[in-house]
Amino acid sequence: MFYRENGQFKSTYREDQQILGIRQDRWFIFGLIAFALLVVPYWGSDYMFRAILIPFLIVSLAAIGLNLLVGYCGQISLGHAAFMAIGAYAAYNIVVHFPGLNFIVVLVLAGLVSALVGILFGLPSLQIKGLYLGVATLAAQFFVDWVFARVKWFTNYSSSGGVSTAPVEMFGWTIDTPMEKYVFILVVVMVFTLMAKNLVRGHIGRSWMAMRDMDVAAEVIGIRPMYAKLTAFAVSAFYAGVAGAMWGFLHLGSWEPAAFSINFSLNLLFMIIIGGMGSILGSFIGAAFIVLLPLALSQALPLLNNLGLKVDTAMASHLEFMIFGALIVFFLIVEPLGIARLWAVAKEKLRLWPFPH
Amino acid sequence: MLKHLALTAASVTALTMALSAPLVSTAHAQAKEQFFPVLSYRTGAYAPNGTPFANGYVDYLKMLNARDGGVGGVKITYEECETGYATDRGVECYERLKGKGPTGAAVFHTLSTGITFALTDKSFTDKIPIITAGYGRADSVDGQVFKWNFPLGGTYWGAADMLIQHVGKKEGGVDKLKGKKIALVYHDSPYGKEPIALLQERAKMHGYELSLLPVTHPGVEQKATWLQIRQNRPDYVFLWGWGVMNGTALKEAVAVGYPRDKMYGVWWAGAEPDVRPAGDGAKGYNALTFMAPAGQGKVHQDVLKHVHDKGQGTGPKAEVGEVLYNRGLVAAMMSVEGVKRAQTKHGKKPLTGEQVQWGLENLALDQKALAALGFAGYADNISTSCVDHEGGSVAKIHTWDGNKWVVGAEQYTADQQIIKPMIKASAVKYAAEKKVAARDCAKELASK
Amino acid sequence: MATKKNGPVIALGVVLGIGFVAPLLAGQPLGFFLEVTLGGLMAGVLYSLVALGFVLIFKASGVFNFAQGAMVLFAALALARLAEWLPGWVGIPAGLPALALAFVLATGIMIVLAMLIERIVLRPLVAQDPVALLMATLGVTFFLDGFGQTIWGSDVYKIDMGISKDPTIILESMFQGGILISKEDLVATVIAAVLVLGLAIFFQKTATGRALRAVADDHQAAQSIGIPLNRIWVIVWAVAGFVALVAGMVWGAKLGVQFSLAQLALKALPVVILGGFTSIPGAILGGLIIGVGEKISEVFLGPVLIKAFDLAGGGIENWFAYVLALLFLMVRPEGLFGEKHIDRV
Repeated sequence: MFYRENGQFKSTYREDQQILGIRQDRWFIFGLIAFALLVVPYWGSDYMFRAILIPFLIVSLAAIGLNLLVGYCGQISLGHAAFMAIGAYAAYNIVVHFPGLNFIVVLVLAGLVSALVGILFGLPSLQIKGLYLGVATLAAQFFVDWVFARVKWFTNYSSSGGVSTAPVEMFGWTIDTPMEKYVFILVVVMVFTLMAKNLVRGHIGRSWMAMRDMDVAAEVIGIRPMYAKLTAFAVSAFYAGVAGAMWGFLHLGSWEPAAFSINFSLNLLFMIIIGGMGSILGSFIGAAFIVLLPLALSQALPLLNNLGLKVDTAMASHLEFMIFGALIVFFLIVEPLGIARLWAVAKEKLRLWPFPH
Repeated sequence: MLKHLALTAASVTALTMALSAPLVSTAHAQAKEQFFPVLSYRTGAYAPNGTPFANGYVDYLKMLNARDGGVGGVKITYEECETGYATDRGVECYERLKGKGPTGAAVFHTLSTGITFALTDKSFTDKIPIITAGYGRADSVDGQVFKWNFPLGGTYWGAADMLIQHVGKKEGGVDKLKGKKIALVYHDSPYGKEPIALLQERAKMHGYELSLLPVTHPGVEQKATWLQIRQNRPDYVFLWGWGVMNGTALKEAVAVGYPRDKMYGVWWAGAEPDVRPAGDGAKGYNALTFMAPAGQGKVHQDVLKHVHDKGQGTGPKAEVGEVLYNRGLVAAMMSVEGVKRAQTKHGKKPLTGEQVQWGLENLALDQKALAALGFAGYADNISTSCVDHEGGSVAKIHTWDGNKWVVGAEQYTADQQIIKPMIKASAVKYAAEKKVAARDCAKELASK
Repeated sequence: MATKKNGPVIALGVVLGIGFVAPLLAGQPLGFFLEVTLGGLMAGVLYSLVALGFVLIFKASGVFNFAQGAMVLFAALALARLAEWLPGWVGIPAGLPALALAFVLATGIMIVLAMLIERIVLRPLVAQDPVALLMATLGVTFFLDGFGQTIWGSDVYKIDMGISKDPTIILESMFQGGILISKEDLVATVIAAVLVLGLAIFFQKTATGRALRAVADDHQAAQSIGIPLNRIWVIVWAVAGFVALVAGMVWGAKLGVQFSLAQLALKALPVVILGGFTSIPGAILGGLIIGVGEKISEVFLGPVLIKAFDLAGGGIENWFAYVLALLFLMVRPEGLFGEKHIDRV
């Protein structure tokens, strides 16, 4: 009833190609952005920013990066947190060696470093694919973890092996409070989301998808596999690198290689599979699911005590594992294409509701 | 595409409101409460060690409520949050708990060096003290830079120093260490790496050869490590492990035939869960112990009487008196004493983190005061100041005899002459990196 | 294809061979070298035991079962705790008799558990993308980690097979300091050998085993001659559950039963890559190569690297296996004994 597009005509190609073709979508998204930028900063609490929104936004960005690679180009990566680590340590070293550099420049440089390494570890994808490629990326994960733990130069010879960063400054603005961090991250994530959306609609995104759907056919119609795959690795690693740098500088502040462990990589993969492969929206949904579910569970389970059940902290955290695992399996069985797919179906239905014929 | 953000936000708000509603209402009903957050880990690879510590901590708080009705007439409330020894979960728990209770969280024990590193940065704005009793950053002893950190009772630099003193004594003087070989088998994390700086410093002084053998989390893969030890035959092995890593190290030592009495653990590698899995093989193994050795004193009887006998014990009764349980008790005592001390200045009411910081900075617990608390023989003197947030650091060596820990007579104190300059240098570096303005303790004292 | 690719394989083999004996050429004592090799072989046997479970399931159903590690942990926990509780329940003497009974019970538990996983989780996902299947088994891993700790506890537990843990030194006359062998490792090797022998007989001599092999070779052909795929999958999961129990027993006896055991699944991944996803001998041989390679590189190459690059400690065994597997993939994607038809780009 409310979600109808009749009466909205597209008379130019420009209109036809816009990202949000339906007026209601447009209003909704602009409203949401206005809400996130103008209302949330004044109304959110520290907990909301630090424990929920900041991690959620940053991992969303990393998930988008991974989705470009896995969902759009069909190349699996089991070690994407390694690229986040590269971004974080690259940013750290850039800041150490070039103090005073604008943080946006630092982010971009960190992303570029990560992209270069991404290309390097993407090279096996020219030879192998599927789970085998997954193992190759696992090699990247463990090797990168090891390098940052062992080679002292990367941590600026810190005695504890961890690194810590100063508050981020740029244009004379110190990004200090959680609210400021949130706003900065939100803007970065929005810009990169828009870029990703345009990438996948454009020539390069289409060549990735062709590669994913059938590599031989793609080659036949003139897509160079090497170019398509390596650009996917590079862009994906770039996103992960930027996300990693923000994770280190704006979320953790101090970190060690364990902050970007294999578990983080697997979680990223969960996000895009639960959220929806080959969907930007899915990356956000998946990130929300994986970030929020454990928090919600760990807060909600002790409430069972109020109902007279005896659930101690240990029991609660075991239950959290179990429910988390069970829900993942549940979603995979119910909708293997991810929650984004459910959303799309709902939208289709809504267009016709309440008169389906 | 950002649609779900609103959904998320909405659901989160709904959730947090739903969750906090009952808490808020109780807080208003009886506002005379002091809230103690408890970061713990009862699951995962480090659960065997995290659980008894958390049980001791919580039992002490329960006991105070039952025996004294709280602290200074203010009822104690607490809430546990599971960190799983992971830094990001620890940060989330901290954010979740820091605002609870009428005045917010009084003081945090992070129970992980990684979480300590992350929270130290936040402490400057949040103004909530962090106690890291026997762990955390060694340089946070310097209260002028680290206003909110309290590594009460010892740091890893101190611990490493004491171990060197001990093996030096065994050799007949630290100068006899020249040419000896010492291997450090450590947990590959900030925790395990902390002592390296000091051991290297000491190696320069005494001329022993230090070899570093990292063990990757969680620490079940140590075969190559111990094969290297078998070949190099170091004179001493220092074990800087946590959780399952300690037990595995002891088993591998048995397997390669390295004498256990040449092995020295830090105080976190010297509890019952570490030696029990190795069975008889752990006999003769030594470790540092600070504050609380195994055993039961007056405070344990109170805990048993007021908590366990009423069927409210957090864990099994049998663990009361074990090393890590006792350390949990002492840790809770430190928090409570900080609050108590702050109450003398600010009155017997719920206090904020900032007020408790003053209390922790002005602790003066001597043996008499500790005996009155029931900790005679189970805690060492703590006297802190603006400059010194450690408050004294002494430890003994205890040895596993196959059934129980036997505490040695010798008492060690860290050599401040070596450690002080290192702390100073490291703290200054931190202050410069983080752009933290150091306090001037002399001036603060004068202004009072 | 095969002839064309033998060159690189041989080259890699030669490089590995040289790498293997390099420590000797560099003047390391032979005795210690043998000891490290032996230690590597023993560790390799343990990796193989986990890898076996992977291969069995992958061969029959194409599922890459990440939960194998969690199953090993679950089995070990069940065994250790049952052996502890049984004397109190039914009054049989503690020690080996209790362990034996616990083993029987745990076998039942593991078979039921594996069947349930197959039935509830994987059956509805048949013919999905392999990555989705992998993720589903990861979900199972989370579930089992929580479930296992809920019912069996999260402390460190012991499995006591009554073997002396003290080292035995042999050949002391030949080498200075002798060569060190642990009886536990020897027993583990024997158990692994018996298990593999048993599996081989099962696959070669029984009707079910033959059906399993038929399914592994060609699903459709097997189905068309009347082999029920569903039943075969259930059986193969049950067998994998049993293998997990054996692996859990051996690992648990050696390292103690604790949550961290589940992490070992990651160690078995490069093993199956090296040996081939579908080959049981490959899993065994792959395990041995990885085990030896890891230990040799850690003990001998590690110190060299530390000196050369001023590293903060060794620990190269963490990635060595993966890099080895990666190199191997580049020259021979199907693994040592894997089936030839492979997705190549």
